[in-house]
Amino acid sequence: MRLVENGRIVEDRYVRVDDEAPIPERVPVIVSAKRFLADAAALVRRDGSLGVAWPNDKRVAELEPWLGHIALVVLVFPKFKDGRAYSQARLLRETCGFGGTLRAAGDVLRDQFHFLVRAGFDSFEVKKDADARAFAEVLARYSVYYQDGADGREPALRRRLQSAPPVSNTGETV
Amino acid sequence: MYVYDAFDRTLVAERVAEFRDQVARRFSGELTEDEFKPLRLMNGVYLQLHAYMLRIAIPYGTLSSEQLRMLAHIARRYDRGYGHFTTRTNIQFHWIKLDELPAAMADLASVGMHGMQTSGNNVRNITTDQWAGVAPDEIEDPRIWAEVIRQHVTLHPEFSFMPRKFKICVGTSSHDRAALRIHDLALRMHRNDAGELGFEVMVGGGLGRTPYLAKTIKPFLHKRDLLSYVEAVLRTYNQFGRRDNVWKARIKILVHDLGPEAFAKEVETEWEAIKNGTLALDPAAVMEIAGRFIYPDYARLDDNPPELAEKRRGDRRFAAWLDNSVANHKAPGYAIVTLSLKPEGGTPGDCTAEQMDAIADLADRYSFGEIRVGHEQNMVMPHVAQRDLPAVWRALDEIGVAGGNIGLVSDIIACPGLDYCSLANARSIPIAQELTRRFRNIDLQRDLGRLHINISGCINACGHHHVGHIGILGVEKNGEEFYQITLGGKADEDAKLGTLIGPAVPYAQVADVVEDIAAAYLELRQRPDELFIDTVNRLGVEPFKERVYATR
Repeated sequence: MRLVENGRIVEDRYVRVDDEAPIPERVPVIVSAKRFLADAAALVRRDGSLGVAWPNDKRVAELEPWLGHIALVVLVFPKFKDGRAYSQARLLRETCGFGGTLRAAGDVLRDQFHFLVRAGFDSFEVKKDADARAFAEVLARYSVYYQDGADGREPALRRRLQSAPPVSNTGETV
Repeated sequence: MYVYDAFDRTLVAERVAEFRDQVARRFSGELTEDEFKPLRLMNGVYLQLHAYMLRIAIPYGTLSSEQLRMLAHIARRYDRGYGHFTTRTNIQFHWIKLDELPAAMADLASVGMHGMQTSGNNVRNITTDQWAGVAPDEIEDPRIWAEVIRQHVTLHPEFSFMPRKFKICVGTSSHDRAALRIHDLALRMHRNDAGELGFEVMVGGGLGRTPYLAKTIKPFLHKRDLLSYVEAVLRTYNQFGRRDNVWKARIKILVHDLGPEAFAKEVETEWEAIKNGTLALDPAAVMEIAGRFIYPDYARLDDNPPELAEKRRGDRRFAAWLDNSVANHKAPGYAIVTLSLKPEGGTPGDCTAEQMDAIADLADRYSFGEIRVGHEQNMVMPHVAQRDLPAVWRALDEIGVAGGNIGLVSDIIACPGLDYCSLANARSIPIAQELTRRFRNIDLQRDLGRLHINISGCINACGHHHVGHIGILGVEKNGEEFYQITLGGKADEDAKLGTLIGPAVPYAQVADVVEDIAAAYLELRQRPDELFIDTVNRLGVEPFKERVYATR
């Protein structure tokens, strides 16, 4: 596994702490959702960045009240095909306004990169080294998208409106 | 026709490049088959019994003559000289080689075609009425809305790995020719009391082993809110649809388990949060998409030209074809012509490269270069001048697509079945072929009237057997092919699932059983114009069941 952030392979500054283990001070840590929810008020007051690993079958609304105190949310792809965390990511970013780091973990392969980035992820635990190294190259593969995405690219509809005035040839629309 | 612009073309070209790389990584061993599978599926590539199958999207069933010629080229160059039109108005090629796939896709991309999202757990090809834009009973061209949705869901960052596939259908006519209520999401345009246009939203339809008709969760949705509401439905499904069991993963199970009211409430909550955001449709943006549909410049013609009436009087075969295969067009002097891909002894939906080329040429000459594909696996020339009908008929007859059997007993819908498909339990095609031979007499077919037979080779129901007037479902019993027969299904605006008439019958008896059912109908109908489906509705399946099982 390789961690990719800002398009580069980086060392992970976070330490994953088991539910039973003591939490070290002044070190960025990632705790489970279960542990976090059991002791949220104390954990957000702790000195040091806090990350929470959130399972993909739990509503992110439960996390919403605490988001201002959380630096990192880890969302999980247990299998490549299990895309629930894409919805969680967009909800965290777009509905809850989460501005911290959003990390994809689990079965993360190169072919998901553009979906992940556009859903709002900015940190990636990539399963294969070769995929991690190819990150920037893979993302460059698409230059256009139809819909809005977290990468800020203008979607087709708006780009077209900017480039050409619409022509109507039918009666009623919208 | 929707005309691709530079934006659409760039995306498809980039997709081809990506797939070329994925195939190369599969060949080098960098990708395992398990890892490659979801990637190839997202491009419409299946591994079937004998070879790879490529499924190409025909958005809302509309093709240009140039695109149809390209399909003929694909059939010749990369396959065995024919293609198969499906009930999702796509086309499949069943004998493709993996190493040639990237080249085939590049050829397709040159005419704006691709296999994106024709399989995989994403939003599939959006279907609609094959008479879109020309039907007299239409409120508005449904393809504009299908295209708005198509663009939005193509490579969508959130909805490319849903629990299961997702099929959307848009209808804007009073008569439902697109089988709306068997779709995961169906949008039926209508006008509310205030005279505004919007959509009735229905969710959770689908056939397969647990057939359901879609339930209405929103009686009226303003056009402006189309995308935000679709997004809310997809988001609800993506998060809460079952992923533990592939047979329970479609949205219909979620809607059924939660109940339509509770499901609607989830969607409504989500929708309230996003409806005034960037997905609210800007009329100018919709107009831009509508503006790239090119409509024919029809000549000013009168209905029923004299040369048509003369030919009708003088040629009984032509008259019969006219009554059967030609429908009213919204422009005076024009007609909608349906081409039968159901010849006697043929495979429903199959079309040879030569036929495709010939149809493309005819479309250029007589139909403003446009062709449609319908979910009944037939093709349509949507803009034929009535005065040209005799010439069109002769030309279509020469290539074997003027059978005059549209909507009749031999116009059978069938999946590929065990002849191709690795999921099938039983053959579908030979059953269909045998039935077309049994009912070869066109006068008998006409006497039987409108009668839809649907055949599926397994419980996945790709042949839509549940909604056939006569439904035939292949099952396997101790290694042998057996077939369950249902009666009374319908896929139109009064959609209904068929009723099983009794124990499954062996392969060799299926055609006999259908003949018995047809004979029973002829005896039981009240009047010659009481349709088969109406007789079944009036009497129930009992008298048919007695007839079928009395001697078996």
